[in-house]
Amino acid sequence: MKLSRHEVESIAHLARLEISAAEIPVYVDNLSRIIDFVQQLDGADTEGVAPMAHPLNMTQPLREDRVTEADAHELYQRNARAVEAGLYLVPRVIE
Amino acid sequence: MHGMTLAGIARALKAREFSSEELVRHLLARIERLDGELNSFITVTGEAALEAARAADAARGADAAPLAGVPIAHKDIFCTAGVKTSCGSRMLDNFVSPYDATVVERLRAAGTIMLGKTNMDEFAMGSSNETSFYGPVHNPWDLSRVPGGSSGGSAAAVAARLVPAATGTDTGGSIRQPAALAGITGIKPTYGRVSRYGMIAFASSLDQAGVLTLTAEDAALLLTAMSGHDPRDSTSVDAPVPDYAAGLGASLEGLRIGLVEEFMDEGLDPANARAIEVALKVLEGLGAVIRRVSLPSIGLSVPTYYVVAPAECSSNLSRFDGVRFGYRAAEPRDLEDLYKRSRGEGFGAEVKRRIMTGTYVLSAGYYDAYYLKAQRVRQLIAADFRRAFEEVDVIVGPTSPTPAFGLGAKVDDPVTMYLNDIYTIGVNLAGLPGLSAPCGFVDGLPVGLQIVGRAFDEGRILNVAHRFQQETDWHARAPGGAFA
Repeated sequence: MKLSRHEVESIAHLARLEISAAEIPVYVDNLSRIIDFVQQLDGADTEGVAPMAHPLNMTQPLREDRVTEADAHELYQRNARAVEAGLYLVPRVIE
Repeated sequence: MHGMTLAGIARALKAREFSSEELVRHLLARIERLDGELNSFITVTGEAALEAARAADAARGADAAPLAGVPIAHKDIFCTAGVKTSCGSRMLDNFVSPYDATVVERLRAAGTIMLGKTNMDEFAMGSSNETSFYGPVHNPWDLSRVPGGSSGGSAAAVAARLVPAATGTDTGGSIRQPAALAGITGIKPTYGRVSRYGMIAFASSLDQAGVLTLTAEDAALLLTAMSGHDPRDSTSVDAPVPDYAAGLGASLEGLRIGLVEEFMDEGLDPANARAIEVALKVLEGLGAVIRRVSLPSIGLSVPTYYVVAPAECSSNLSRFDGVRFGYRAAEPRDLEDLYKRSRGEGFGAEVKRRIMTGTYVLSAGYYDAYYLKAQRVRQLIAADFRRAFEEVDVIVGPTSPTPAFGLGAKVDDPVTMYLNDIYTIGVNLAGLPGLSAPCGFVDGLPVGLQIVGRAFDEGRILNVAHRFQQETDWHARAPGGAFA
């Protein structure tokens, strides 16, 4: 199956990835080959087989809903490029 | 001192044959001298290692931790407090982790000393260590070849005897395949055996931490120290951890070993196949009974993986937004531009390819056809293993279809590269433990024997490898030349 240029652009937008015009044909080719490859799965008989949710069929454990972590935002924000007054800065969203 | 096993080092340190500081200095000098050619380390933490070694020497006494003063390296996917944790990506080139991964914390508590962080395929996505932002790693057996991936830096560093052991992670073969291609031992435990807390996520239903070592005994020592329940990882299993090293040496008399017939086909290099057959003779000589087993759906494991893993990766890697940590594009026009350019510039080609594949298979209208279909096929693959384990105790086969290939040989075609993991991926899909142990050479390059166990049967597969290593010396062979 060959993906169209438009499809690839739309996937890149959904993934919030900037892809240059020059790279688009490469992704069209690569993704088409990968999708062709995984389409082998269509031939597998999975009638009545439930999709796997966990490799060992375990369920998620629950814990009591209480605070277990201390506030460490100053430590974590050392890795941010733009911080002011404990807040992360981004370009203006609302004019 | 280099070339000694972890077990040997622990004994020598205890007997005060040399100090931890002497050993760490010696290994740091080797890294300084030899790693320019290998590129196996992203970060070397020499000063901190020497300080920890001096502390271990000063505290040495009868009650010292079992691995006190023993140097290791961590794959750069594990968060290390105060030390750069890049995951092989430009995206995290500026990231200094505020906390330690549970694996790092536990191995430190067991006494080990970190020499540094090893190179890897970007976000563990690759089979050759060529997708790293920090450049490819070279195989010490032949510098023109890849060491395998994604734990290629760990494999090359251990094989070149720059460090006696290193941690790794395995999502589709990323410990076992590089271990095979570098001539060392590598184990991926059962899904949930080792905590994933602080291990940067790629595909959460497949990722598992393990180790790359010179021997199965060394792997047993480290695995005992790093395994066990961790409330900070909800998929970590609350089950007792045996002393894996204490369980080594048991007889293989009557052990039922199943050779996967689908793996011994035309896709496998004939010389590699002969090495596997010779290895099986050795195990037979130790009393094991070899029979053939069939995994009829195993042929679908690579396409299944290349739906499930990219889907989970596209979700996990959405956290890299240029805002809270990691790479941030310069002068963004608006918020969307900030997201798109930070991710477009911060991620390399293979990571973007997988995010795009994952986004596509999860998108409206395709979710059932690809993702749910793949998760159904995954059940068939897991069921194949369950049926086989009704007849045999361990399953064996090759680890990789060929020995190490040349740098650049497969980078242009993603599907060809993906097929390199054809023998390892099914084990991740089924959540089982698997290891690779050296079992011979093809044209001067090492090849591996893969041994797979039932869930939580790490002790048994380690023992099979250990008994094999007591009878053979493939694991003791080291690259020559500058690395001798």
